[in-house]
Amino acid sequence: MEIHEYQAKALFKQSNIKTLDSQVVDSAEQAFHAAKSIKAHSWVIKAQVHAGGRGLAGGIKKASTPEEVQKVTAQILGQKLITAQTGKEGKIIRQVLVEAACIIEKEFYLALLLDRSSQKVSLIASVEGGVSIEEVAEKTPEKILKITLDPLCGLLPFHVMAVLKNFKLPLSFFQKLNFFLSSLYQLLLEKESTLIEINPLAQTAQGELVALDAKMSIDDNALFRQEEMKSLMDLKELPVEEQKAQAYGLSFVKLSGHIGCLVNGAGLAMATMDIVKLKKGQPANFLDVGGGVDSKKIDVAFQILKEDPDVKGILVNIFGGIVKCDLIAEGLVKAIKLLHISIPVVVRLEGTHADQARQILNNSGLDLNFADNLEEAAEKVVSLVYA
Amino acid sequence: MSILIDKHTKLICQGFTGKQGTFHSEKALEYGSFLKGGVTPGKGGTRHLDLPVFDTVLEAKEKTGATASVIYVPPAFAMGAIIEAVSAELDLVVCITEGIPVYDMLRVKQFMKGKKTRLIGPNCPGLITPGQCKVGIMPAYIHKKGPIGVLSRSGTLTYEAVWQLSSLALGQSTCVGIGGDPIPGTDFVDLLELFNQDEETSAVVIIGEIGGEAEERAAEYIKREFKKPVTAFIAGCSAPAGKRMGHAGAIISGGKGTAVGKLQALESAGVSIAKSPAEIGATLKNSLSKIN
Repeated sequence: MEIHEYQAKALFKQSNIKTLDSQVVDSAEQAFHAAKSIKAHSWVIKAQVHAGGRGLAGGIKKASTPEEVQKVTAQILGQKLITAQTGKEGKIIRQVLVEAACIIEKEFYLALLLDRSSQKVSLIASVEGGVSIEEVAEKTPEKILKITLDPLCGLLPFHVMAVLKNFKLPLSFFQKLNFFLSSLYQLLLEKESTLIEINPLAQTAQGELVALDAKMSIDDNALFRQEEMKSLMDLKELPVEEQKAQAYGLSFVKLSGHIGCLVNGAGLAMATMDIVKLKKGQPANFLDVGGGVDSKKIDVAFQILKEDPDVKGILVNIFGGIVKCDLIAEGLVKAIKLLHISIPVVVRLEGTHADQARQILNNSGLDLNFADNLEEAAEKVVSLVYA
Repeated sequence: MSILIDKHTKLICQGFTGKQGTFHSEKALEYGSFLKGGVTPGKGGTRHLDLPVFDTVLEAKEKTGATASVIYVPPAFAMGAIIEAVSAELDLVVCITEGIPVYDMLRVKQFMKGKKTRLIGPNCPGLITPGQCKVGIMPAYIHKKGPIGVLSRSGTLTYEAVWQLSSLALGQSTCVGIGGDPIPGTDFVDLLELFNQDEETSAVVIIGEIGGEAEERAAEYIKREFKKPVTAFIAGCSAPAGKRMGHAGAIISGGKGTAVGKLQALESAGVSIAKSPAEIGATLKNSLSKIN
């Protein structure tokens, strides 16, 4: 789960990690008052969306009077922000953070993340901050420091020293950096965060280390015991259909094609998209109804597919293991009848009680297309949709 | 032979009296797995499915001689259940539970260092040695006894692959689902080592997916020392970069873990690649006929 910059900065503040004065607002008028109440010579207005690359996309603006803050906010609120990380559909800017500007001496990159290759927490630091870290990693890998932290020992003074050297900071910064890094590491563990990224981390003219940005992800699986983090979830950041899917325990991702896929299991769902593409079709979505699929989930899945005007045909691919195919078939018939699905539906059901399932579908009076295997299913749906 | 489990494997179930534990224990018994009892703290001394229930894994091990455990407890209790089974020095622990916090698994992995227990999972379908022992939630009837080892990060996609193999009369020695979580107990390389030594396994199928580096590491190992033919399929070739597709494992990041990178690594290790998920069985069959 992602949280917004302003939420992460509030958590930073609680941990005594330095940030600049800021207020989150959702109207131009509020932005004006926020700028008035934040003591600064100029302000930065930052779009609050769950995506990086905001600066290059025009989601971060400067203003030198409260009036200008108001004007800029009015310009960007409600706009779609399309960054390198949002996909071409972009994200609507619903809130902005009005923040005091500061004089920056140097900008660094800093991240703590749960690194799946080492299966430990890693610290990534670079003296080249404020820019695309991927580019730095590619062109000048020697400027990136990666430290794997032992779960028992955690962050130690010699790690801090290594970061200090990488940042080319004088020794007088050691205590400040030590406090900053230790607090950040504690926050990561306490909130069960899988990523905290600060880009840039600034050395200000006043000699402070300040987090100018904050990107933070929380482990979804830990939300049952991270009530506070769960309350920070912003469902509006998800497309409407993904919100709906999530509410019913389905996993849905909208894609650009015309063939709606309904599959049980993430691996099989990806494989189904793959074979649609191999047969020269384009999947309209990834949709995993999960292992414990029942007729309610089938119903919601069909609702989501029906509401998508891009979907011109549906491919149902269920490999019933523990789930019995006849129960799925009953759910299918009910959903298709109830929702008056009129586009072609190709059904491939395999596994426990597949024969009974076929009988139910045959006797339903619906115009369904059966497939005996995955290959045939993909070929059929592609030929029906692109005929 | 086979790997990890056979008809002599004495098994217990943690979370035995729960809904999942009950359902899948019944199925395991039907299959003929040597299930000796189960553990549900607080219900020790009672009986369930006509088998003894114990309060702790250690008691269950001492009383039944069990060497393996399968875990069906909710995510909040899974770390405790795994560590209890490891502490009791079982040989094999299979954790089916989905949704375990990643920091819990990080602790589990640290704890397991230097211990004798092997952990399969979590968030996996389990493993099966057809005709002998079933530990997990896979449908039994799709499997067939034979010489093909199957390794997978997925659930239903494994069933699909196994079904194709069985339909082509390519039976399986052991099928293992390692699970889709970012921190799995066992990875492909650990299991390839076992298959390498298993006389009854003559070829291996790997079902991978985008994200992580498990397939790349497997490719390195295969190139270095694996002696048997391998066929692989990678799910997610059509997934757009940066979008998350349900599995914690299926995240593409930083150029690593892409389908293209994985396929290249496997191909360069001499693995035959199934381009389509419908051709996993056929690809293996083809590669075997070329050898013979």
